[in-house]
Amino acid sequence: MRVRVQAAAFDMGAEAVAFAAAAKGAGAIVTFTGLVRDNGGTLAAMEIEHYPGMTEKAIDAIARQAVERWALTDALVIHRYGLLRADEPIMMVATAAPHRADAFAAAEFLMDYLKSRAPFWKKEIGVDGATWVEAKAADESALERW
Amino acid sequence: MIDVMYFAWVRERIGLPRERVETEAGTVADLVAELSAREPRYAAAFADLASLRVALDQELSSFDASLEGVREVAFFPPMTGG
Repeated sequence: MRVRVQAAAFDMGAEAVAFAAAAKGAGAIVTFTGLVRDNGGTLAAMEIEHYPGMTEKAIDAIARQAVERWALTDALVIHRYGLLRADEPIMMVATAAPHRADAFAAAEFLMDYLKSRAPFWKKEIGVDGATWVEAKAADESALERW
Repeated sequence: MIDVMYFAWVRERIGLPRERVETEAGTVADLVAELSAREPRYAAAFADLASLRVALDQELSSFDASLEGVREVAFFPPMTGG
């Protein structure tokens, strides 16, 4: 299991290949990559703030839960912070399991928890100014299914 | 002494990312009341606690939690990761 919190961009293809190569004993790998939406061309950039120290701990705890609950053979979480441009990758989750149902479920669980339990805050910098992205009630209620 | 940290719009409203606070506050709510009484910018940031979250020593907590033994308190809006 690996957790990376970084400012640098990453190559989702290279990450997926490296993850698959290291996933011994898995029969299924699921990857999810989140990108910066351009909001119909109105987004100039996205600034992502985080809480160094707590971020790594929170993601580590979430990833450990996923590995245990779905008996994953491996898991990877990459999440960026800093100034990102439209269409750049923000984050990536990869899960490896003997069977696909567990790999899919664990990836969705990780995504739902990262949305509202990992200390990141997004600010959209648009052509008309900057606004903090507000958490949605649906993000919080998404945790109830787990 | 306790380290108090602010993130996102809480940081912007208060105007600083962190500070050392000399306090006898017993709970997070007591600390919020002390800070809010300082200056309008603090009162503005803490006006609606329902829109805020708090972490004690880097673990999510609640406003009625005790500050005993706590070294670091962080205030921030609901998180928007992913």
